[in-house]
Amino acid sequence: MTIRHHLSDQLLMAYAAGQLPEAFSLVVAAHLSLCDDCRAQADSFDAVGGAVLEEAGEIAMGEDALARTLARIEWLPRAAAPKPRRAAGIFPAPLVDYVGGDLPAVRWRRVGGGVRQAILPTDRDATARLLYIPAGTAVPDHGHRGLELTLVLQGAFADETDRFSRGDVEIADEALEHTPVALAGQDCICLAATDAPLRFRGLIPRLAQPLFRI
Amino acid sequence: MLRRKKDGLVSSEDETDWAALLLRVRDHQDRAAFAVLFRHFAPRVKAFLMKSGAGASLAEECAQDVMAVLWQKAHLFDPARASVATWVYTIARNRRINALRRARRAEPEELDWGPAPEPDQAEALETRQETERLGRALAALPTPQRTLIERAFYGELSHSEIAAETGLPLGTIKSRIRLALDKLRHRMGEGPKRT
Ligand SMILES: [Zn+2]
Repeated sequence: MTIRHHLSDQLLMAYAAGQLPEAFSLVVAAHLSLCDDCRAQADSFDAVGGAVLEEAGEIAMGEDALARTLARIEWLPRAAAPKPRRAAGIFPAPLVDYVGGDLPAVRWRRVGGGVRQAILPTDRDATARLLYIPAGTAVPDHGHRGLELTLVLQGAFADETDRFSRGDVEIADEALEHTPVALAGQDCICLAATDAPLRFRGLIPRLAQPLFRI
Repeated sequence: MLRRKKDGLVSSEDETDWAALLLRVRDHQDRAAFAVLFRHFAPRVKAFLMKSGAGASLAEECAQDVMAVLWQKAHLFDPARASVATWVYTIARNRRINALRRARRAEPEELDWGPAPEPDQAEALETRQETERLGRALAALPTPQRTLIERAFYGELSHSEIAAETGLPLGTIKSRIRLALDKLRHRMGEGPKRT
């Protein structure tokens, strides 16, 4: 399977610079786990960070800094060799960390029209959630006040712009009003992050939105 | 134990082989090598963190943390994929996110698990040269452009203010990293999981 929709350079650089809200960093980390091309690009932005660090100048450390650090590492356990975080299910490893397991561990809530979601614990600058869209079902028509990233983990969806399947990311901004429809065959599961509340226009009354933390 | 690393401690600072020193930390818990790395990188990390908005004492404390993590995670360092400066940068950036923003950053699936491979000297050298070339290209940029990049990495710009068009020759370094990833995947006997 080939990934056709990738992260933008802007997002990869913001990720390398450490400037993404946690929810967006989760979508980026999940995509990088599936896409070596974006991973290499993200690493090359890290290298820019390395060059900036080299040129940041020097500010003298305290006199005893080296001695104190040496004394400290004496007692530090060797960081454990990374455990095989390779997920066995459909969730990439960083997502498994947030959910506490794979698909069966998700605690879904219904949001109407057969669509279910689960909000993931991140800082409040942006919201990350899992979406479960039954095959053939439309996600209520919605626009965006901010930025929304949607990574497909299972199945596929299509909207006015294109078709998205496992590993693909849709980057939607304020300009996009779309109606994603899960394609027939397999229920679609996505990881989505947004820095503004979604404005549903269709199935869900706007009054209900705070209840669902949409 | 200076195997393959006879020139790890040459006098001219620019030619110091930081990767060779970090590998000595990795393979032999070499405290003298660590001290050389500390003297070079700790004051830079401190400067970097202060430019990112940390006060002097917080920056001092975090710089020590960063160097301790460098020791602790030395076995994860892969000289074919990153220079030591890049590696130190990523540790410092994550420490900054924890300390200044009190947030965390999700990390991609780690690829370096399994027995540590013998680093390929030629690959490590090329990665180092590419990184040095990148540093020179950054220094050669017109000031406004360079300042914008620096401000992004000091954490002064929000993600929507960051301009991805850096004017830097990132294509070559990206393809080097891509190659290293392909080899690693091959060694692990798989491609990225996509089912
Ligand atoms: Zn990608």
